[in-house]
Amino acid sequence: MEMSQYLEVFIEESKEHLQACNEHLLELEKDPENLQIVNEIFRAAHTLKGMSATMGYEDLASLTHQMENVLDAIRNKKIVFSPEILDVIFLAVDDLDAMVESIASGGDGKRNVEEVVEKLVLIEKGLPLNQKNAAEAEVAATATEKAPTRENQYDQFETTVLQQSADQGFFTYEINVTLKSDCLLKAARVYMIFEALESLGEVVKSVPPVEELEEEKFEFDFMVTLISNEIANKIETAIMKVSEVEKVDVREFFANSQSVKQPEQSEIDNQVVESKQEDITNAPVSENVAPAVAKPAEKQTATKISNKTIRVNIERLDILMNLFEELVIDRGRLEQISSTLKDQELHETVERMSRVTGDLQNIILNMRMVPVETVFNRFPRMVRQLARDLNKKIDLQIVGAETELDRTVIDEIGDPLVHLIRNALDHGVETPEVRRANNKDEEGTVILRAYHSGNHVFIELEDDGAGINKEKVLSKAINKGIVTTEIAKTLTDSQIAELIFASGFSTADQISDISGRGVGLDVVKNTIESLGGSITIESEEGKGSLFSIQLPLTLSIISVMLVEIQAEKYAIPLSSIIETAIVNKKDVMLAHNQTVIDFRGKVVPLLFLKDIFDVPSTEGESDYYSVVIVRKGEKLAGLVVDGFIGQQEVVLKSLGTYLSSAYAISGATILGDGQVALIMDCNALIK
Amino acid sequence: MSDAVSTEEKLIIFELKGKEYAISVNEVMSIEKNMHITRIPNIAPFVKGVINLRGVVTPIIDLRLRFNLEEIPYTESTRIIIIMLEDMEVGIIVDSANDVVDVDTSLYEPAPETISGDEVDYIKGVVKLDKRLLILVDLEKVFDRTILRNYSNNKSDE
Repeated sequence: MEMSQYLEVFIEESKEHLQACNEHLLELEKDPENLQIVNEIFRAAHTLKGMSATMGYEDLASLTHQMENVLDAIRNKKIVFSPEILDVIFLAVDDLDAMVESIASGGDGKRNVEEVVEKLVLIEKGLPLNQKNAAEAEVAATATEKAPTRENQYDQFETTVLQQSADQGFFTYEINVTLKSDCLLKAARVYMIFEALESLGEVVKSVPPVEELEEEKFEFDFMVTLISNEIANKIETAIMKVSEVEKVDVREFFANSQSVKQPEQSEIDNQVVESKQEDITNAPVSENVAPAVAKPAEKQTATKISNKTIRVNIERLDILMNLFEELVIDRGRLEQISSTLKDQELHETVERMSRVTGDLQNIILNMRMVPVETVFNRFPRMVRQLARDLNKKIDLQIVGAETELDRTVIDEIGDPLVHLIRNALDHGVETPEVRRANNKDEEGTVILRAYHSGNHVFIELEDDGAGINKEKVLSKAINKGIVTTEIAKTLTDSQIAELIFASGFSTADQISDISGRGVGLDVVKNTIESLGGSITIESEEGKGSLFSIQLPLTLSIISVMLVEIQAEKYAIPLSSIIETAIVNKKDVMLAHNQTVIDFRGKVVPLLFLKDIFDVPSTEGESDYYSVVIVRKGEKLAGLVVDGFIGQQEVVLKSLGTYLSSAYAISGATILGDGQVALIMDCNALIK
Repeated sequence: MSDAVSTEEKLIIFELKGKEYAISVNEVMSIEKNMHITRIPNIAPFVKGVINLRGVVTPIIDLRLRFNLEEIPYTESTRIIIIMLEDMEVGIIVDSANDVVDVDTSLYEPAPETISGDEVDYIKGVVKLDKRLLILVDLEKVFDRTILRNYSNNKSDE
């Protein structure tokens, strides 16, 4: 079968399942007794295994399979759950993640996972991972050894499933299948039989287990437990249709009678396992299993109701957007024509079209909106790991994960946030000892918050840590020559805090592994500014810090100031403009060979775009300069142009990979007359 | 190029300083008349700028300048050939483009050493067709990005 058409769906869904695994594992860590969570993880892993096997990613399938075995053993209480096991499962999920990533980027999804698999096998066998938990594992080992005696029996989970199905009017069958003794491809027959059975109902269990059947680790007969609403006869015929089947015996049975056997089972358990173990094995199971089974049913109905969305490839949306942009450009032209022709009927039609396209624009932009959740949900894992590495206690709270942002912004915002969170955990939140000494709760709180306000989205990271030590920041900034001692005295608190965004600045005394690997917060600031956003800090020493990022709702449409330089038109993003001014040539001064102007008491250098851009000269000069004052952080510059055309909303277009090296040009846009105007990159102009 | 496998290939023929050049029709998306080109500052001189090609901002280079031939003013016969190159659309400006021929690929020959000038680096081979000599252009080399990168690096160091 041609699989490539399903690849995208596979990748998307795999990522979702892995994310679900991650989330549930974190929950499980907080609530290790909760078997319901184990079931959730198991289900996600199981689906992933099935999908990757179908798609032919064997490595992915086998690692998931191994992980599934461990999960299965946990939920069946064959092994004792411990933080060490959780760590290994986390590692496995990381590997799976990397494999899916590899597939997504066109690779084959292969990866050396021996170590993790080895560990998983050890866990599954109940053998110690290391010396420390050898004692615990010993108990688990004895528990596993008697596992084979369970053959033909149902554990309590399965019993409950069977019982519930029976209650809902399904038949439960035990089917004994015997293959012909000269059967050549046993695994293939098993596969066909299972396929036939799955079209009739749901296979709950098989003896020997499916994996062994697939590996042909059986003689000629095996048993399958099936839940179905078909009659026994039909099932029998369906299986007999598969060639090389000798005999089929379909027997209806009742789960209730089966559950009677359970006490016996527990008795066997008790003989082998210490009585301490018994508490865990029996008590929680009976409490937890029922809701665990009830939930999937709820979930299924829930998805059926909410399943009114479709997945659309982002490329298609881009194409739609492109087409729409052309429409907007044509609309601009029509508006021009109608205003010159002064025809009433044409004018009305054009006006109505403008309104409709306006609405259409909103809808298309909304379609590209994605909840910020997709970025946020990778942080709990990261924070957990970091807190462990740093020996800190962190409570991460996420607020407003449903807030929506344009897909393009979502793709870009992840890295800066990772950096800020690392920063908050490393430099912000203190160690438990320090916190205790300062009368704070041992556990530090970090809040990641997103919300809409006006035409912007705010993403905030708040911690109740040490805050920013102003003297330390100042002395460092002076040391590194970022500010002079004189200027330092005049700075306000927030200006001091902003200093940590200066390039080459790091508040850590030592370069640690977590942050400060030569990459400073200046990179964060640059990324956010390149997205047309801004970042501010509020910090109180001893109480904590608040980093606030303001972002535009979308990147594809930006506000610009159109200017003329001789015969050429350029667009300057409004986000970097402070204001425009007309300056008399007589007021221009020279300082160190640089022309400057006095702008509201500040000395601002003048940049002559005509020279920087080598614009061919066509007309004479006047006595005045038209200047656009732009900023890059705290630095200002005056861009000298020949005329202002006006403010306009434009559709941002990429210059493409071929011209990516163009100096001081960040993109292009198409104007109403169909011509291309270049968008200036003010950050590159100001050094 | 001189493989015995004989398959037909359609070639678009264009002219540059009296010589005939050819590219495969598979590489060509469309042929446009000269239109308004927005200049890009501080970039290699052969990059004439970008055009609005049905909503896509498309880079355009002047093939004469790329081959270090002298620049001439654009005329009525000047054409922009739009090419699809690894997912990016780019255009080349040529003196004229007015022929399509079917050529047996077995006729392809390596470039003779008599071809002079910088263009020899961008040539895949030649085809002799009756009395015509068609020069096969290697578009990937024509649109080599490292040349642009080097140029802009020098520029920003100034």
